[in-house]
This record gives sequence, C-alpha cells and structure tokens, in this order.
Amino acid sequence: MGYTLNFAAVWRSFDLLLEGLALSLALAVVAILIGCAIGLATAFLLMSKSGLYRRPARLYVTIIRNTPILVLILFAYFALPQLGVRLDKFESFVLTLAIYSGAYLAEVFRAGLSSVPAGLREAGLAIGLREAQIRGAIILPLMIRNVLPSLGSTFISLFKDTSLAAAIAIPELTFEARKINVESFRVIETWIVTSLLYVATCSVLAALIRVAERRMAVPK
Amino acid sequence: MAENLLEITGLHKQYGAVEVLKGVDCAMRPGEVISIIGSSGSGKTTMLRCINMLEDFQGGSIRIDGEAIGYRLDGDIRRRKKESEIARQRAMTGMVFQQFNLFPHMTAASNVMLGLVKVKKFAREEARAIAEKWLDRVGLRERADHYPGQLSGGQQQRVAIARAIAMNPKLMLFDEVTSALDPELVSEVLQVIKGLASDGMSMLLVTHEMRFAYEVSSRVIFMNQGRIGEEGDPREMFNRPRTERLAEFLRTSTFAK
Amino acid sequence: MDIPAFLDQLVIARLSILKGLGMTVSISFLAICVGTMLGIGVGLALTYGGRPLRWIVRAYTDFIRGTPVLVLVLASYYVLGTIGVDLGPFEAGVLALAVFCSSHVGEIVRGALQSIAIGQTEAAKAIGLTFPQTFFHVLGPQALRQILPAWVNTAAEMVKASTLLSIIGVSELLLRTQELISRTFLSLEFYCFAGFLYFVVNYGIERFGRYVERKTAIPS
Repeated sequence: MGYTLNFAAVWRSFDLLLEGLALSLALAVVAILIGCAIGLATAFLLMSKSGLYRRPARLYVTIIRNTPILVLILFAYFALPQLGVRLDKFESFVLTLAIYSGAYLAEVFRAGLSSVPAGLREAGLAIGLREAQIRGAIILPLMIRNVLPSLGSTFISLFKDTSLAAAIAIPELTFEARKINVESFRVIETWIVTSLLYVATCSVLAALIRVAERRMAVPK
Repeated sequence: MAENLLEITGLHKQYGAVEVLKGVDCAMRPGEVISIIGSSGSGKTTMLRCINMLEDFQGGSIRIDGEAIGYRLDGDIRRRKKESEIARQRAMTGMVFQQFNLFPHMTAASNVMLGLVKVKKFAREEARAIAEKWLDRVGLRERADHYPGQLSGGQQQRVAIARAIAMNPKLMLFDEVTSALDPELVSEVLQVIKGLASDGMSMLLVTHEMRFAYEVSSRVIFMNQGRIGEEGDPREMFNRPRTERLAEFLRTSTFAK
Repeated sequence: MDIPAFLDQLVIARLSILKGLGMTVSISFLAICVGTMLGIGVGLALTYGGRPLRWIVRAYTDFIRGTPVLVLVLASYYVLGTIGVDLGPFEAGVLALAVFCSSHVGEIVRGALQSIAIGQTEAAKAIGLTFPQTFFHVLGPQALRQILPAWVNTAAEMVKASTLLSIIGVSELLLRTQELISRTFLSLEFYCFAGFLYFVVNYGIERFGRYVERKTAIPS
C-alpha cells in the first residue's frame, strides 16, 4: 500500500480547522436562535383553533421537512436573487438553516406546550393574571424544561448541518478540511482529524445539555 | 410408593453477593397440589423459576421424574446443559406468569398452538384442535381468534393457562397468577385452576390467595428468608402454626377462615 | 417567474431530468438496502452481543453519528481512492450513505428489541422454544412493528442525503438541475421544480409507510 500516516500537514493547518470549527458553531448558534423564534411562532399557529393560522403553518412544516436541505441552501443563495432578494453567503445560509430548523422545532415546541397541563392556565386566571403574564411566568418556563432534551439534539443536528455551508464556499470546518485534503494529499489524516473534531464537539455539546437539564430539573 | 415427580435437594442460589435460596429441599408426588406462601423476598418465586431454568442456581439439584434439570456432573465439575437440552426440559413443565405474557401479535389460538407446532412438532390442524379443546376447557372457545389486546385480564390469564397446559406438562407452575388482576376477575381464574387440580394435574403455586391455598392445596410450604420455614397440611398450618414467623405472616395476611 | 420558458426548457431537458431522478432513486435504494442489512447486524450486536463486541459497535455508531453526512461522503470519496480501492464517486457515495444509514437503523433495531418486555422471552422459554425460535416467532414480529415508522423516516432521510453526492460529481437530480440552470439561467424555476420532485418522493414514502403501519397493526 505504501501509505504511512503523517499528521504533520494536518497539525500545521490545525488552527485553520479550529477557525472553521468556530465558524460552524457560530453559524449554528445564530441559526438556532432565529429558528427558535420561528419554531415557537409556528407552534402557536399549529395549535390555533382557526384553520386560517393552522393551515399555512402545517404547509410550511410539511414542505421544509420533505425537502433536502442542500436544495434549500442552493435555492436561497442562487435562486432568491431572481426575486430581488440578494443575500450574501453567510446571511443566506444562516437564514436557510433557521427556516429549516424552525420547521422541526415547531413540532418540538408544540409537543412541549401540549405537555403543560391546561389546569395551570386556569389557576393563573383564577388568581387574576393576564394571558400574557401566564404565558411568560408559568407556561414558558415549564415548557422550556420539557423541550430541553429535544432542543439540544436539534441543535447538535444543526451543528452537523453547518458542514453543508461548504457547498457555497463558506470557510467552516468541512470547507477547510477539503482544502487541506486537496492541497496536502494527506487524505486519511485530514478526514480522521476532521471527523474527530465533529464527534468531540458533539460529545461536549451533549454533555453541556445534560448539565443544563439537571440544573433546570424540578426537584422530585 | 410412587416415584417422586419433583425432587429438590439443597437448592442454593445467589444474585451477586446476596443469597436468595439457602438450601431448599422439597419432594413432590404426582397429583399433588402444593401452595408456596411467604413474604416478598422470601425466595418463593425464585425457587419456582429455578425449576424451569428461568433462573440458574449455583448449588443443589432439581429432578423431574428422575431427570436432572439444567446441570450435569462431568466427573467433579458441575456443567450447565446445552441450551437445546434445557429448552426440551422446559417443555416438561408449564408456567403461568403474573403478567400473563401472552404474545400480543398472535391470536389466542395461535398463542396456544405455537409451542405445539414448534416444540412438539404437531401438524397445524392437530395443533389447532388441541388448542381449541383447551381454550374450551378454560371457557374461551369463542375467543379463539381474538387478540390479547381484545381480551380482559382474566381472559388473558385463562388463555395463558391453556397455553401452558396444552403442552401436556408433567408439572404446572403458577407464579402469583392472580396478583395483577382486578378483584372481580380473580375468581374466574381460580375456578379454572381448581378444575385442573380436581382433574389430577400436579401443581406448584406461588400465591397470596390464602383462602385459595387453604381450599385447594394438599400441602402448603411457607418460605422465609430463602429457606423453608414450615410445611404441611393447610388446615394444620393455618390453624395451628408452629413457628412464630408463620403466625406473624398469617396475622398480617388477608386470611379469613 | 418565467413559466413559458421554464416549461419549454423542461420538455427539452426531460430525459436528463429523468436520468437524474433515476440516479437519485438508485442511490437511495442501494444505500437503504445495504444500510438496513448492516444496521440490523449492528442492532443485533448491540442487543445480544458480548461486552467487547458491544463496545466496538457502540464506538462505530457513536463515531458515525457524530460526523456530518457530508464529511462521510467526502472522506469516502477521497480516502478510498488513496488506499487503492478503485471506486468511482457513485460507489464511494453510496457506501458513505449506507454506513450512515446503518448507524441509524442499528439504533432503531436496538431500541425496539430492548423495549420488548422480558416476560415475552420468559413465556417463550417456558413453552420450550429455543432462542432462534423465540427471536423468529415472538421477538422479531413485535420489534418489526415498532421499527417500521422510524425506518420509513430513515429511508426518507436517505433520499434527502442523496443530494450530497452532487458535491462529488455524481449525476443525480440535483447536479443535473444545477447543470440545467447554468445553461438556462432559470434558477428559481428549476430549483423549485427539483424541490417539488424531492418533496413528492418523500411524501410518497411517508404515505406508504403509514399505509403499511395500518395494515400490520395488531387489533386491540
């Protein structure tokens, strides 16, 4: 075979990989924040009694969930300009990711909201709180505890999906890895290291989420 | 003197560091109905489950009709028998579980037929006939093609009894079979078991139903902390317990004469 | 949106699009089949294997699941050529997708098998069934019913993941769409059309899955 492992080329460019990783994380964080807003709003729409609100929301969720994310990314960057919407690479990618995650988060939030007992809202009304106060002080905190696990795993998925930014030449981790791969020919080493970086980051994120879950848990 | 159907000698079992059975001896003749009573943790269910090797045991021996169950002596070394051998031995006994454990994806008749076809190698038509006969015996002929999810708890347990007894076992093992049932469904199951007893079926029952044990058993065994505390005729034991532990147990259990 | 021009170009390019769709179906089908077979092995190993086997398989699935699919595809494409395995982009891509699929299917199979109450195995033992008989007649049928919905989900994910092979030059639907767009400049129209085709395929899979679920449901 004649291929001896030599990680030197990868170590030399390791800082580039780390920068790429940082960008991946940043993209994921911004996307999830926007995605949560979209998802929460969609969840409320999905739970509305009026079909006028429910149907568009369901349509949005169904379309996004059944379309490949790469198609959405390319559409946002290459096709939207035809409609006059001109976004730079970063904006279009983050927006796409946010809209993509929003469709999945809508379901997560809807389940979370449903799991908060209806009686709590009535108890809040009975002591004289207004709807908005009840939502903010009672329902939302409980819902956050319920959705934390699903929210966490959605975020980890989103972080892995940032690799697709490489398709439109955003310099995140996968893009940098491919550059190193092509320039150094140290193929196995590059991809082992890149893979490990993703796996390690996912493990750390998962651990952080477990810590957050335990912190927020209602004492039993 | 009839050959003993079941012989348990010096049965020892531990879970990790905890000794659950500390040397149990028991002999049973064909046609006997023995109830095993005792508090939780006394080892009664474990002993039952050793008989059909659902639990393994570290010391002592169990023989059914003279055949050693589960382990053989290879000179000085005690070895576990082959799995296919153990499976064959399990078919000598029938067990009915507290949680019924019917196969939910099969009808009542199919539940009963599975062992007949796969283990006893009956043809499907014969197996179906046997299944229908036993389902009829437990009063569920019309429910033969229903699924467990469509049956009540008492009905499911009766199907479970039919499933076990259709295999023509030498010995029937009942593990607290009414504990998971709603009170009004208990009697239909006890009726079936009474009927089987009067037909001469050899049975070992682990039970909390003291009245039932009193009425049906030819012998009662009281287990206490992994050993047999007392055994004997139910009338003797319940009315004149010889040990303080049994007396205390009877006081705290729901037993009305 | 220029509908007349779009329809014109669509008719002209119909053969190419059909070939692309066919390629997408081949990729997905192969990846799902191979991935499912591997995944069943993974699931069985995780459920019934001895501790060393479980440890190895667990490490495999954790590594695969922590890595983005695109990284798996790129790694497969670059690495296999280097170590002398002469596979084209199609084979390399399908292999990567199959491996990805196997980690998901393995987890699904493991979850389903472990969720079957232990009483089922005990009841089967009590009537004298051997382990193969127990697995084939009692555990398998119950696990299968639980695996089905999640597996259908995974199959849909594979169809969406097939788009990633466009990045390594496989002429599936997305790549052909991009080529078409570079010729006709009708990016909005053709990205929408491609998205629509993917949506139809995935939605079809979803409906088929629900149909099979209904047909195999246990009456209660």
